[in-house]
Amino acid sequence: MNTVQGAPPRRVVVVGNGMVGARFAEEAARLDPDGERVRVSVVGTEHHPAYNRVLLSGVLAGDYTPEQIRLPALGGPGVTVRTGVAATALDTRRRTVTLDDGSRLPYDELVLATGARAALPPIPGVRAPDEGPGEGVSALRDLEDCQRLLALARPGAPVVVLGGGVLGLEAARGLVARGMRVSLVESSPWIMRRQIDQGAARVLAASYAALGVDVHSWRVAARWIPGTGLELDDGRVLPGDALVVTAGVRANTELASEAGIVVDRGVVVDDRLATSDARVHAIGDCAQHPGGGAGLVQPGWEQAAVLAGRLTGTAPHATYTGARPLTRLKAEGIELTAFGRVHEDEDAQDLETVTISDPHGGRYAKLSVCEEKVVGAVLLGFPEAAATLSQLYDTGAPVPSDRLALLQGLPTAAPEPQEAGEALVCRCNAVSRNDIEQAWLDGARTREAIADRTRATTGCGGCVRDVRALLSGMQGTPVG
Amino acid sequence: MTTTHCPYCALQCAMRLEPGTDGRLTVRPAPFPTNRGGLCRKGWTSAEVLTVPDRLTRPLLRKDRGSDLVETDWDTALDHVAERLLSLRAESGPDSVAVFGGGGLTNEKSYTLGKFARLALATSQIDYNGRFCMSSAAAAGTRAFGLDRGMPFPLTDVAEAEVVVLAGANPAETMPPMMGHLSAPALIVIDPRRSATAQVALDQGGLHLAPRPGTDLALALGLLHAARVGGWCDDEFVGERTTGFDAAWEHAAAWWPERTEQVTGVPASGIRAAADLLGRAARNRSAYVLTGRGTEQHAKGTDTVSAWINLALALGLPGRRGSGYGCVTGQGNGQGGREHGQKADQLPGYRRIDDPRARDHVAGVWGVDPGALPGPGRSAFELLDALGTPDGPRALLLFGSNPVVSAPHTARVRARLDSLDLLVAADFVLSETAATADVVLPVAQWAEETGTMTNLEGRVLRRARATAPPDGVWTDLEVLSALAVRLGQPAQRFPTDPDTVLSELGRASAGGAADYSGVTPQRLDDGQALYWPVRTPTESTPRLFLDSFAHPDGRARLVPVAHRPPAETTDPDYPLVATTGRLMGHYQSGAQTRRVAELDGAEPEAYVEVHPDTAARAGLAAGARARVTSRRGHTDARVRLVPTARLDTVFLPFHFAGDQSANNLTHPALDPTSRMPEFKVSAVRLEPAPPVLSSRGTPDPADTPTPGGIS
Repeated sequence: MNTVQGAPPRRVVVVGNGMVGARFAEEAARLDPDGERVRVSVVGTEHHPAYNRVLLSGVLAGDYTPEQIRLPALGGPGVTVRTGVAATALDTRRRTVTLDDGSRLPYDELVLATGARAALPPIPGVRAPDEGPGEGVSALRDLEDCQRLLALARPGAPVVVLGGGVLGLEAARGLVARGMRVSLVESSPWIMRRQIDQGAARVLAASYAALGVDVHSWRVAARWIPGTGLELDDGRVLPGDALVVTAGVRANTELASEAGIVVDRGVVVDDRLATSDARVHAIGDCAQHPGGGAGLVQPGWEQAAVLAGRLTGTAPHATYTGARPLTRLKAEGIELTAFGRVHEDEDAQDLETVTISDPHGGRYAKLSVCEEKVVGAVLLGFPEAAATLSQLYDTGAPVPSDRLALLQGLPTAAPEPQEAGEALVCRCNAVSRNDIEQAWLDGARTREAIADRTRATTGCGGCVRDVRALLSGMQGTPVG
Repeated sequence: MTTTHCPYCALQCAMRLEPGTDGRLTVRPAPFPTNRGGLCRKGWTSAEVLTVPDRLTRPLLRKDRGSDLVETDWDTALDHVAERLLSLRAESGPDSVAVFGGGGLTNEKSYTLGKFARLALATSQIDYNGRFCMSSAAAAGTRAFGLDRGMPFPLTDVAEAEVVVLAGANPAETMPPMMGHLSAPALIVIDPRRSATAQVALDQGGLHLAPRPGTDLALALGLLHAARVGGWCDDEFVGERTTGFDAAWEHAAAWWPERTEQVTGVPASGIRAAADLLGRAARNRSAYVLTGRGTEQHAKGTDTVSAWINLALALGLPGRRGSGYGCVTGQGNGQGGREHGQKADQLPGYRRIDDPRARDHVAGVWGVDPGALPGPGRSAFELLDALGTPDGPRALLLFGSNPVVSAPHTARVRARLDSLDLLVAADFVLSETAATADVVLPVAQWAEETGTMTNLEGRVLRRARATAPPDGVWTDLEVLSALAVRLGQPAQRFPTDPDTVLSELGRASAGGAADYSGVTPQRLDDGQALYWPVRTPTESTPRLFLDSFAHPDGRARLVPVAHRPPAETTDPDYPLVATTGRLMGHYQSGAQTRRVAELDGAEPEAYVEVHPDTAARAGLAAGARARVTSRRGHTDARVRLVPTARLDTVFLPFHFAGDQSANNLTHPALDPTSRMPEFKVSAVRLEPAPPVLSSRGTPDPADTPTPGGIS
């Protein structure tokens, strides 16, 4: 192992007690159960223990209580957690973090897992002069947002969702399940513009309409009128007691940029997840890796595992080389998976595309194949294919030749007829129809006599009915 | 005519043996609750093994590793063994001699083998092939309930359920008569393959979930997640009869169905549908969760079974009549074999060898000083892997096992066996392992001696003698007794009469978890249904845990478990997952069933199930000979195209030997708790096998694919 015998544990400070920061501490505790290699201090601004942000739309839908989405309590002798405390400054020369209670935490290694916050578009009424949300406006980013929205969730009350991305669609589904009247506004030409193609969006919008969600794509919001609703650029006003803003997120990079660390859209990291300061690392939604992955939890968890291996010294050469982002909508009754290249022309060079559109059935599939590998797909209402294709995409395994069977979730037709052996009536004892007819000719007239002579029906018993039917056929009369 | 039970699996179907016109025994099924008058083809043909042409009837001995085995007499063989054991022990201490047993041995043999190791050899080095079978379920059951009895209820209870989950169990193939109990319930089958059982599930309106091998734990967590969101958990039961729900849930909370789908390949909608189907039946207290080897034989098998038990506990199934959790034990005496002391850490009565009170009790029954009993030894694979190493045993005595075929990473096991100073095998045919031994002792088979077996329900059964062993063949008890005497033990300490051993086993197990003290030959012969514990001359315990679980506080434990990847993941060099399993016509290493003409004729050689596309990419047609290669070795097998197969997975039955042995591929990573190897997940590649050359140096015509494949 890589630590020097008797060396004191390294001090690791994690800023952020969200899904990724907490996962880092959990991984570190797993890799270093006695706290001999690292001492991990996690600080988080929220007062709650860490919880699973991915399931907030499920809390909104009533699938979970807030307690049920709590993350495993961090334990172990090497881990301490402080909630309700914000990091206000970072001194990379002295290697300390200043907290808003005035204290200072020294570190040997710092992990930024500060996440992202909801972006409030500059629309009158949506963003208050103090940059916070306007009256009646809420994001869906943390438990407090969720509880605020639930307080408004009276059946029949109107609500507007601004932003037709994944979170907006999940929120809309949850609110409609609560009995609210939901309108959804998307400024792009179609919903989930980044993840799916227009054909899929059309079918998806129809499915939402059938659920009672009023979808307005390619419409720009003009202003939010508290107590009334959202006015669109065409003058229409969508009624709303509340406005849920799901129009993207912005990485929380202030702590890093103020400390002179290189920041672009997020805190810039390399494959070691190190920032421009080698002692400072960033993971999750606040980090910007050339291979992408921000905005999804799975890449953040992978980054947490890699960094925990590096900083505990249990996997000092582990690297994170990027993600293959995959979108899976969590909306009751709607099965949507999307990943990879789905926006290119169907006649794009080297790309082979299969498309099925079934608006009546609420189904749509688009499969893009390049050199026998799945490079992209949109699958709406094809759950079996979605499960198979996302694993093929993940592992880079070749795609089966029968694309249609694959999309329909059917077994591939065998390429050549398998030899038609004599059909067995009793598989357990390899008894054929001929064997049973022969036994009948030899005088066996009851199921028991057939069993005695051929062993048929004595295994799993699944062929009892078939044997009785054969007997009754041979005798021309029903057999008991 | 003799009524007895089948020599093979843990269903222990009842059968009648009667001499036929040629004097050989014939088999007929007999009515019994587990088999309901049925038998599979293994059972029907089981008597043939008694008279196979290569049945051993004289001891075999080779003077040194370079020479051949030659027939000898019993005294010469046993004297040779005893002399070598004594000299190794004098040179290198008692742990230089090891014992390896089997889950097919009767209770009396298992018990005597453990006693022989601890007293006659004074070695701690004893374990058995049951480690490769039920150990993960046993470990998880013990930590959840405080006690492990595979099914803590009679099998017949299952027939009345609305829903039965079969996680990694394929009884339609492995124990067909059990399916008679599963014709009414809706089945939820968890298996990477569309197995015969999975097909029955679909035909009966149930579900088949096909996870990527090695992801069952994630799937079980996802099902718990979906069950809770669906509102199916029994909060009252969880509150009153269990502890640990919250901590277990915190792990399951991370496995929402869509994420579970990404890892397992099981559609989220299928996970929800299964949770709802199971949950609705659980609300009516009419559901069972059963696990088999498919979900247990992993380096995380114990945690995986814990995840299934957590699901069952959250739904309020165990400890109630009409519902529950059970393990479908596989080997004939897989249950009894794990209770009476042939495990490295165990004394009779399912006692722990490091428990001072257990040591006092057993030493008292054996008439020795507790201090004379050795402590815990190595587990099965660790024991095999230590053979012939500087700190490891130099001699091995093998009873009822064929590890050259059944252990993982056969090349490594074979090398370790070859490095021994002395290998002694007691067997009735020259199995692949026996063939490498220095001394082979011919022993009796099931129908040639009496004894007791404990079936998958924890019911103790009488195995009756129907015929005399061939001349020159001894029983295992006779062998152990004769060896013990040569090693300086008093003869009366190692009785050869099974009933005498049963009575002593009863005393040794008295007060232990698996208490057999009330089991008598008379009660068994009367046909009483004796489910352990049997603590008094009248007691039997068909259903455990109805009032309380076996932990001191009476509550069951939900154990917090997290998913982790298998020991070996696929990569560009080894892009496929190989998983292994069983065929209807063969049993375990195949040493018995490959010698039965009818069974051998139906399945004469290893095959590999492959998706047609996966095969085509490897340049393989139906019926072609494929080579499956892992980092540890290769297996040559005929290609069977299976359109329902997962694209990323190939399947091989493990009943074949040599180049056809599936365990040439398997990974010896071990479960931290049960020490179960990673049998079910190996990263492999698939390619055409090199041509087999005939004696004339041309490719063998039998080697070319049959047009249209093989049936």
